[in-house]
Amino acid sequence: MQQCGIFHETYTEDMAIFQTPFSRFWMGLFFVFLAIFPFISKPINAVLGTNTLYLANLIGIYIIGAHGLNLLTGFTGQISLGHGAFMGVGAYASAILTMKLGIPFLIALPLAGLITAMVGMVFGIPSLRLKGLYLAIATMAAQFIIEYAMRNWTTLTGGSAGMSVRPPSFFGFYIDSDRSYYYLIYVFVILATIYTKNIIRSRPGRAFVAIRDRYLAAEVIGVNVWLYRILSFGISSFMVGIAGGLWAHYVLVISDEHFVIWLSVQYLAMIIIGGMGHVMGGIYGAIFMVLLPELLRIPEHYLTVINPNAFAIFHSLRDGVFGLIIILFLIFEPDGLAARWHTIKNYWKLWPFSY
Amino acid sequence: MPLLEMKDVYLHFGGIMALNGVSFGVRKGEIFAIIGPNGAGKTSIFNCISGLYHPDRGKIIFKKKEINKLSPHRRAQLGLARSFQNIELFKGMTVIDNLMLGRHIHMRTDLITGGIFFGKARREEVRHREVVEEIIDFLEIQNIRKKPVGTLAYGLQKRVELGRALALDPNVLLLDEPMAGMNAEETEDMARFILDINEERDVTIVLIEHDMGVVMDISDRICALDFGVKISEGRPDEIQSDPKVISAYLGGEEVV
Ligand SMILES: Nc1ncnc2c1ncn2[C@@H]1O[C@H](COP(=O)(O)OP(=O)(O)OP(=O)(O)O)[C@@H](O)[C@H]1O
Ligand SMILES: [Mg+2]
Repeated sequence: MQQCGIFHETYTEDMAIFQTPFSRFWMGLFFVFLAIFPFISKPINAVLGTNTLYLANLIGIYIIGAHGLNLLTGFTGQISLGHGAFMGVGAYASAILTMKLGIPFLIALPLAGLITAMVGMVFGIPSLRLKGLYLAIATMAAQFIIEYAMRNWTTLTGGSAGMSVRPPSFFGFYIDSDRSYYYLIYVFVILATIYTKNIIRSRPGRAFVAIRDRYLAAEVIGVNVWLYRILSFGISSFMVGIAGGLWAHYVLVISDEHFVIWLSVQYLAMIIIGGMGHVMGGIYGAIFMVLLPELLRIPEHYLTVINPNAFAIFHSLRDGVFGLIIILFLIFEPDGLAARWHTIKNYWKLWPFSY
Repeated sequence: MPLLEMKDVYLHFGGIMALNGVSFGVRKGEIFAIIGPNGAGKTSIFNCISGLYHPDRGKIIFKKKEINKLSPHRRAQLGLARSFQNIELFKGMTVIDNLMLGRHIHMRTDLITGGIFFGKARREEVRHREVVEEIIDFLEIQNIRKKPVGTLAYGLQKRVELGRALALDPNVLLLDEPMAGMNAEETEDMARFILDINEERDVTIVLIEHDMGVVMDISDRICALDFGVKISEGRPDEIQSDPKVISAYLGGEEVV
């Protein structure tokens, strides 16, 4: 239970992320779980009939990208339909840097992030003039331009044949199993989450939110709105580029069809469902996006036992069900899971006097 | 030499001349009021000064520099702050965060140091938080400091907006109808804050206000505007007895 009244003696305490011993305790427990998950995933896999470690890794990669998009769309209020392609830029950049130029993974990955940031900032320039739907169209154009480049710049990307990538290795470690990759990814997930949280509670994050809520007032109090709009594209693309790099060295073969507009839409759906403008939003959204198709697979599995044709029928229904669930979410939880969680938490905080 | 000066400023919207050759100078340290009937062009003057509107003609001079070409955020950095007629707070943010945004121009934390939030960035955050808390104490809004401003009563929001402008540590503070919609007690508080800010913090104030009692009470000089034209300028007693001002207000409010 969280305390009702929290008193702080210093501003530093007041600014702390985990305000009570209670929340620190649960956070600690959660980190223990994260740390031992790869060792307890085997029995869980057996029960669920799926590779949960692989799913956890996917979730981790998407969390990093979703944090990025959340900074741009949730916090700065600039929509992007290009983040699928930006993830591709990160993936290809890291692949090319390591495979063609022989740059070590630990240097190539941040470089890939920087390259993606550059690309994102260039395609973010229309945001200085365009907002809302118009910006959505402009970033969608970025998506298609980058897709085209990935497909046709064959000397660099290998075209539709794709490109094979080596697993990362550094300091004598060879990260080539689900388990070792899990730890690599989650180091980045934790860094990305702390980074996002820190940005939001300090000067640049406040400027982002100010631009989202009232950009004229933001300008009048001295925020360089143009600069921050572009910076938001930069940092957002950087993060999704890192996600792309991590993805490339995990799946080991990348091709343009991974980074199509559907991925951009999925990223948007993640932060909308998870909660735009909440740091936890990217996390909840990524979990939801990866696990929902898996959950939809379970009834499929059992129906097949009853009727072999059910698989084919249900499989084609699945995309529809997927879409339907997302629509229901938008109707009933328009503020996302993170906001719902807040409501529940506040309810219990004051229980039994909550009304 | 005035601290802030408008020189023959023209501004039109379609067929309307919002400002028709307006000139005036605000001296350092004074409370300068702009009065006039609805639609006279008062808010347009503020928007020209803060850079939201661009005059067709004329100069705006601040600290001896022509600032016509500067973008709004550069003008804020130079020492101009304002409040808005229709409150322009960041509604979802807490009072503290709104005021911290007022400190934006005085802070340095960027996407790298802010992301690490350790050492320098955190010290800076604490230091400016102290400034903000001092303003919160000054405006007597301690009990609402962690509330999202959108949930606050109108009068309090006006006060928070004043606080945000104050957080910029401006040389000149432009206040657009800070007392509008307030009851007598709130109006009196606001007048006291404005006087304190002017005297103790050494801030020059330009005030747009319809409450003539307050205007006559606290301003050093007044400029009266009608249909985008300055019709009079002077001390409160001079304005009160100026027949042009009285006739401009006939049918509107009484000049007391
Ligand atoms: N953005 C705008 N677009 C079109 N017309 C405008 C705009 N801003 C101001 N005007 C017009 O310019 C004139 C002056 O408006 P302004 O807001 O400066 O008046 P004001 O003196 O502040 O009035 P009030 O006392 O009602 O606030 C009005 O006729 C108004 O309709
Ligand atoms: Mg006005």
